Amino acid sequence: MTTTASRPASTIFRRPRATEGFWSWITTTDHKKIGIMYGYAAFFFFIIGGLEALLLRLQLAGPNGDFLTAAEYNAMFTTHGVTMVFLFVMPASAAFFNYLLPLMIGARDVAFPRMNALSWWIFIFGGLFLYSVIFFGEVVPPVGIEDAQGVVVSGNIDESDQTLLGGLPDGGWFLYQPNAGPDYSPGAAIDFALIGLQILGVASLISAINFIVTVFNMRAEGMRLLRMPVFVWMTLVVAFLLLFSLPIIAVALFMATFDRAFGTLFFQAVGGGDPVLWQHLFWLFGHPEVYILILPAMGIVSEVLPTNSRKPLFGYAAVVFAGAAIGFLGFGVWAHHMFSSGITPVAQAAFGLATMTIAVPTGIKIFNWMGTMWGGRLKFNTAMLFSIGFVAMFVIGGLSGVTHSIVPSDWQQTDTYYIVGHFHYVLFGGAIFGLFSGIYYWFPKITGRLMNERLGKAHFWVQFIGFNLTFAPMHWLGLQGMVRRTWRYAPEAGLGPWNFAVTIGAFTIALGVAIFWVNWIYSKRKGEPSGLDPWDARTIEWTIPNPTPAYNFATPPVIHSLDDFWHQKYREDEEGRPVRREDADDLVERLDHEGRNPKSKIHLPAPSYFPFIMAMGLPLIGYGIIYHTSIVGKALLVIGPLITIGALIGWGIEPLEEPEDPDLHGDGPGGELVGAGAS
Amino acid sequence: MSKPLQKRRFPWSGRWNGAIGASALALILSSCSLIEIEDAPLSAVEPRGPFAEQIDNLFWPVFWVAVAIFVIVQGGILFSIIAFRDRPGRKEPKQVHGNTKLEITWTVIPALILAAIAVPTVSAVFDLTECGDDAMTVEIIGHQWWFEYDYPDLGIETANVMVMPADQEVCAVMTSDDVLHNFWVPALNGKRYLIPGQETTLRLQADEPGEYWGHCAEYCGLSHSLMRARVQALSPVDWDAWVSGQQAEATEPAEGTPAYEGLLLYQNLCVGCHTVDYGPDSEFTNIRTDDLYRGPNLTHFASRNVFAGAYLPYEGLSYDDALEQWLANAPEVKPGSFMPNLGLTQDDIDNLTAWLATLE
Repeated sequence: MTTTASRPASTIFRRPRATEGFWSWITTTDHKKIGIMYGYAAFFFFIIGGLEALLLRLQLAGPNGDFLTAAEYNAMFTTHGVTMVFLFVMPASAAFFNYLLPLMIGARDVAFPRMNALSWWIFIFGGLFLYSVIFFGEVVPPVGIEDAQGVVVSGNIDESDQTLLGGLPDGGWFLYQPNAGPDYSPGAAIDFALIGLQILGVASLISAINFIVTVFNMRAEGMRLLRMPVFVWMTLVVAFLLLFSLPIIAVALFMATFDRAFGTLFFQAVGGGDPVLWQHLFWLFGHPEVYILILPAMGIVSEVLPTNSRKPLFGYAAVVFAGAAIGFLGFGVWAHHMFSSGITPVAQAAFGLATMTIAVPTGIKIFNWMGTMWGGRLKFNTAMLFSIGFVAMFVIGGLSGVTHSIVPSDWQQTDTYYIVGHFHYVLFGGAIFGLFSGIYYWFPKITGRLMNERLGKAHFWVQFIGFNLTFAPMHWLGLQGMVRRTWRYAPEAGLGPWNFAVTIGAFTIALGVAIFWVNWIYSKRKGEPSGLDPWDARTIEWTIPNPTPAYNFATPPVIHSLDDFWHQKYREDEEGRPVRREDADDLVERLDHEGRNPKSKIHLPAPSYFPFIMAMGLPLIGYGIIYHTSIVGKALLVIGPLITIGALIGWGIEPLEEPEDPDLHGDGPGGELVGAGAS
Repeated sequence: MSKPLQKRRFPWSGRWNGAIGASALALILSSCSLIEIEDAPLSAVEPRGPFAEQIDNLFWPVFWVAVAIFVIVQGGILFSIIAFRDRPGRKEPKQVHGNTKLEITWTVIPALILAAIAVPTVSAVFDLTECGDDAMTVEIIGHQWWFEYDYPDLGIETANVMVMPADQEVCAVMTSDDVLHNFWVPALNGKRYLIPGQETTLRLQADEPGEYWGHCAEYCGLSHSLMRARVQALSPVDWDAWVSGQQAEATEPAEGTPAYEGLLLYQNLCVGCHTVDYGPDSEFTNIRTDDLYRGPNLTHFASRNVFAGAYLPYEGLSYDDALEQWLANAPEVKPGSFMPNLGLTQDDIDNLTAWLATLE
């Protein structure tokens, strides 16, 4: 600390000080601002991914559709998947983690605020890098491989197929090899997908480490692990899943990139490589990824249901351990994505059984949520409707999931619309309904206002009906033999009517999302002021004013029990029913006042330019790898690392606080933060 | 608890919901029972052979168990919504934190149900994997974007339409020439990958003569959706006739006919990829061997009712029109097609069509 203070002031390495305006957002290390940026970016990509889905549905509204070309259709289902998984649900979850995790454990920020900013900037640069393919991609038919006489016969495309959208990556989000390899997907599009995902993975890995350290080190006094809100627990499980699964996909992505850029033959059968190995690596990441997407929503629902049922979560410990068990088992079921790949019957049986076991902890969660509602006093605000919707829809996804563990049955269902229906019940009916629930619930924490309930309920019902109209018939379409990723289906196949219904449903969902959008804009400006505790909530993020002050907690909280805030407000009578303490209203008023008026100046992590600069280098390296044969590419391979490493050095030697800051003394270890639990 | 339900309902709830839900359910159930395999030739729930049957027998019990759990859970949720909704005068709920007995129950019961399901699952996996000893072998090779069928014991090589005897097991031994494909004929069995450099097997058997539809089920590039399959199961008499027909050589058309002109065009444009066998003595015989890149064997092209990866013709497009479109500009019909736009004139197309018709 003293060495930092005695370091001579430098104009280059002064830390930025803007607290408002453009530069405050570029340089911020505030977990709340980062969370908000994640949220807006996620919603932006949600709209993009949604529009892609609508294009797909227009193409499939009737048999032999010709709204899109084959190349466009393939590109749209690929980018829809990549966008929704990596650019919407994951960053939306990250938005919740960032904004709420420190508030829920009583901290003033995450453990590594600059790293947090770094992961956000890497994420957004990665996303933009991925979509920049639209300026570089083109529709390229397979080049094929040499025959025994050294002749290469290539595929052909008609001029009319050379369109802008068709040039986006088209290998499917799973990028199966060798189709996404150099011989069958020449051109740059797949490289953008591979390297874009690589960059996004770096962002998530950094976040994961940050959240794990935050949970273990930054908790308020008395916030024992088993007093943490379930949402925090699920964040922790997700962070561990990311930590262990991302390195696997990173390796696989490197191998696939090397196959394409440098002619290694890891997955190319023509040189003795193994395309099935790619599937193992992809799904060894890909299945934990499913739980990375769903567990945050489970955490949200575990907060919203108890508050709005006015009961504690039924079986708190069981819910927590079930979440951890799901995370653990999630690493042992990946091959159920490959039951038709010809793996041995022993392997199929083993992975089938493993898949069945995962239904047990999932069932525990569902029954515990029902137990929470049972006998409660249910308040049907929009957040609650979305949470109940989550439970009801997720059950359907879970049950159809069990039918996939019946291995022979999966041989029929896999790669059909039955699967598409199944995982949308899990990831849309589950994850996205949960995320919406969280948005309605915690909106006051960001804005100090409530979202409009009338618009909120309209949003819920339109989306709920649209959702079921879209995805329920898909199960039936799959059983009728409609394969996935199909640009056209035959008129004789009898798939037309339900596909038309699905398309109507998709547009109904779009209407619901539009209502949400209107609600957001309206409520942000004109929503009813929420006060400190609009939901009569249970957890400590509601003990501080809305919108959340920059310093979060004016005084570090001390935690005495699970659902600490509730117990400050309520005692139980002999029957076990809550009775509001006489001083509860005073308490809320006092918290609001004290929360706005800290007694002394509070240290916050200083902003920094370097996370932004450091992240900027990565996409440049990406372009460099893709175009490494050209002089520009070679130059980028020098410039990109220079920027990233230069920023790393700047990061290392910039002062931890502004030297002239009079309050320097008394900082905790690391000096970046005086968190409640850090000293 | 016995108080009458609150009159005020939140918007869109109540009666309308029930009515919409009930009619939607009725619609779904009725459409399920109305649709036969004739109307949905790819249906996976209309088994037409013992292997598909075995899978079907496994699926439905599990489905009904799932339905029972669905009803219990959704019923519980609905009951909670109605019975425990906040209404004036409702007491604060007891602060129940859990119930160990109950929690153990809903951990153990699902585990037991799953254990019960696991037994037939595992045995079916093993049953359905190994081909029977007296099965007839058909080699299936995946290409972008068509299936090739070889009958090594019979010396037959064909494409797009797989012909097999009814009521006899066929052991499909499969591989791919390029990317991953996935062979799926829902009425006969589940699906299985075709992997370049590796071999997979799939048991197929049809109880009755008939035509069964199939599809490539793994995304395999630009025209994946047009990579389809037909399986024709034949009675013993028809099967023998088909085999001897396929084993015969093609007959050269007479000089001066349009078909002969077509044959000359073929000789100029198509021999790089396609095979036609006119017998060892004919100058027109052109056999592409395994290690050379090739398109479908055309020797008995006209014996097949579909072409272009079993995509053409389709309802609303006649065989002749489809063939004309295909020859005029293959990549337009099938994006990415390895058969290029040959720049043929209408005369060329007519001649080629006439020639193809001779390849019975």
